[in-house]
Amino acid sequence: MSTIAPTSVDDVVEGLRGYDYLASEGLATVAYLALRLQRPLLLEGDPGVGKTELARVIASWRGSELIRLQCYEGLDVAQAVYEWDYGRQLLHLRAAEASGRIASEVEHDVEMELFSEEFLIRRPILRAIDQQSSPSPVLLIDEIDRADDEFEAFLLEVLSEYAVTVPELGEFRASEPPVVVITSNRTRDVHDALKRRCLYHWVDHPDVATEADIIRTRLPEISAELSKEVAEFAAQLRDAGLYKPPGIAESLDWARALVLMGEERVSVGAAEKTLGALLKYREDHQRIHAAGLSDMVAAALAGAPPL
Amino acid sequence: METVRDAVDDAVGFATALRRAGLDVSLGDDAQFVRAAQAIDPTRIEELYWASRSTLVHRPEDFEVFDRVFGEYWMSLNPRPKPDDVPPMVVLLDDRADDDQSSDDDEGAEPEEILSVRYSAREVLSRKDFALCSDEELAESYRLMAQFAFQGAQRRSRRHRRVSHGRRLNLRRTIADSLRTDGELIRRHFTDVKVQPRRMVFLIDVSGSMEHYARALVRFVQAAVVGAHRVEAFTLGTRLTRVTRQLSDRDPDRAVSSASEVVQDWSGGTRLGESIGEFNDRWGVRGMARGAVIVVLSDGWDRGDPVVMAEQMQRLARVAHRVIWVNPLKATEGYAPLAAGMAAALPHVDDFVEGESLEALRALARTLSDAAVGERAPSRRSDA
Repeated sequence: MSTIAPTSVDDVVEGLRGYDYLASEGLATVAYLALRLQRPLLLEGDPGVGKTELARVIASWRGSELIRLQCYEGLDVAQAVYEWDYGRQLLHLRAAEASGRIASEVEHDVEMELFSEEFLIRRPILRAIDQQSSPSPVLLIDEIDRADDEFEAFLLEVLSEYAVTVPELGEFRASEPPVVVITSNRTRDVHDALKRRCLYHWVDHPDVATEADIIRTRLPEISAELSKEVAEFAAQLRDAGLYKPPGIAESLDWARALVLMGEERVSVGAAEKTLGALLKYREDHQRIHAAGLSDMVAAALAGAPPL
Repeated sequence: METVRDAVDDAVGFATALRRAGLDVSLGDDAQFVRAAQAIDPTRIEELYWASRSTLVHRPEDFEVFDRVFGEYWMSLNPRPKPDDVPPMVVLLDDRADDDQSSDDDEGAEPEEILSVRYSAREVLSRKDFALCSDEELAESYRLMAQFAFQGAQRRSRRHRRVSHGRRLNLRRTIADSLRTDGELIRRHFTDVKVQPRRMVFLIDVSGSMEHYARALVRFVQAAVVGAHRVEAFTLGTRLTRVTRQLSDRDPDRAVSSASEVVQDWSGGTRLGESIGEFNDRWGVRGMARGAVIVVLSDGWDRGDPVVMAEQMQRLARVAHRVIWVNPLKATEGYAPLAAGMAAALPHVDDFVEGESLEALRALARTLSDAAVGERAPSRRSDA
C-alpha cells in the first residue's frame, strides 16, 4: 500500500485485514476519510469493541510509530506535552557554577543551555508533532472521557494547528500531521467543539458471523465450530442484561482459554470453569447461573450449526 | 448512480434538512461533509452514508433522526411520517413568571413597599409545601431558587497549583528564578494539590406520584446545572432520560420546556429500581457516578421489585462518594419510609432529607455546598 493515503475504502478494508483487523464498512469508510482528509478520528463505543486496537492496526499498516496517550483525570501539560528535566537542569547549573561560568558575563549562555532541547522531555503529544519521519506517527489519545475539560480545550488547540509552543524554545510544528485517533467509552460527553474537529464514529458490537471471523483471524488454531459457538454465546450474554456485557476482547480471551484447555466445543463444564474470562462481576455470574447456563450453552450450540 | 454525484453539490441542502429535523449541524460540519463527499466513491450510497454520518452527526442519539432524513433526502425510501404518527406530548408546566398578574392592588405603591411585601411573602412561602402552592407562589419560588448558591463537595485533583508554602517544590519556577540570583537557589516556589468540586448527579423522579413536586424540583436542578460546574441531570420514570443538555440553558423557562420535550414519561408510571439500574449501566458505573455526589429526588414509590431497587442502589452507593435521597413526603407528619422501594433503598443512602418546600431545598443546596461533606456516612460501610 502507499504510505501516504489509501485511495479507496476497499483499500482500507484490505489493509486492515492484513493485520487481522476486520473493520465494518462504516468503520473502514470513516478511517479512510480520516486518512484522506487528515482529520482526527473520534471513536465512541462500549469497552472492548476494538477502538484502541484500530489505532494500533492503522499504525502497523502504515508502518508508522504508535504514540499512545492514556487519559486520566488531572492529566496536564507536563504529562501530555512536555516537561523540563529539572534534575539535570540543576546539575548543569551546579556544574556551571563550579566552573565559574555563572558569575561571568556568559550567564546568558548558561540560561540558553538550560532551556535547550537537551533538557526537554518530550511527552506523547509533542513527540507526535515534532516528528520529521515519514509516514507520520499515529497518535492514540485513549479514553478522552477520563480527562477533564481543560485538557479537552488544550487538545482542541493542538488539533486545529498541529503545533505546540514551548515558550522557551518556540513553536514545534508537524511537517506532516500525525494520524490522530481519539477513543471514548462515553462515561461523559466529549465537548461539541472537539467533536466538530473530528470524524465521529460509534463502534458497535459486531454481529455473530463477524465476531466468529474475528476470533478465527486472531486465533488461527481454533476450529470453525468453536469460534461460531463462542460468538453465539457472547452474543447471548450481551442480551442477558449484564452489568458488563463482554466485548470482543473478552470473547477472544474466552476462546483462547477454551483452546488452551483443549476444548473442541462449548460445553457446560468448560463454560463454568472459564466463565471468568468473559464476566467480570460476581452479580453477572449469579445472573447467568440463575438464567440457566446449560440452556444458554445449548442455544449457542444450536445457533451455530456445524459449518 | 448519477443522482449521488449531483447530490455532492447538494450537500448543503442535506445539512439544512438535518437542521430542520432538529439536529445540531454547524457550518463547519457542512464544509467537512463536502470535503468528505469529494473523497469517497460517489457511486456508492453506503460510502456517502458513512461520510455524512461521521461528519454531520456527533452523538449516537441522533443516528435515528439522521437515518430517517438520509432516507428521505437521498433515497426517498421512507415516506415522511405523518404528523399524527407521533402524538405531540402535552406537558403542562406553569413556569411562566406570573409575577405581573400576581401583583394586586399594591401595584401602584412605592417600590420600597413592594420590596417589603415581597420579603414577608417570601418568609411564608419558603416553608410552604410545593403541593399547596398556587401558580403565583410557584413562580416566585422558582425565581428565588435561581439565586441558590451551589458548590459541590471537593475532591483532590491530580493537578497542582502554586502556593507560597506547600509540600512540593515547584522546580520549574525555582530554577527559573535562581538564574536571577546567579544560579543560587534562594527563592523557593511550591505547589500543592488542587482541590476540585466533585461531580453532582441529579436523578429526578418524574412519575405520576411526584407530579406536585417534579416541576419545582426540575427548576431546582436547573439552577444547580447552571450554577455549578460538573453537574449532570437525569429524569427517572418508566425510563431514564438525560436532560443535562436541556437544563444547561440559562433561561429557566426555556430549559425546562426543552427538557419536558425530551422526557417522554412525564407523570407516567414508576420503575424506579430499573431506571436507576439503567443509569448505573449506561452512565454511572462506567464513570459518571464514580466519586460523585448523587442526589435522588423521589418519593420512593416504585412499582417494580424492591429487590431490584436494593441491588441497584447498592451498586450506585459502591461507586459514589455520597448518596443523598430527597423525599418531599418526608416532611409530612408521621411519615415513615414504608413504600417498598424507599425502604429497600434506604440502607444504601447516606443522607435522607426533605424537599417539599423552598426552605428544604435551600437546606439541600447548603448540604451540597458544605465542604465538610467529606466522609462517607457509617451506615454505608456495612456493604456486603
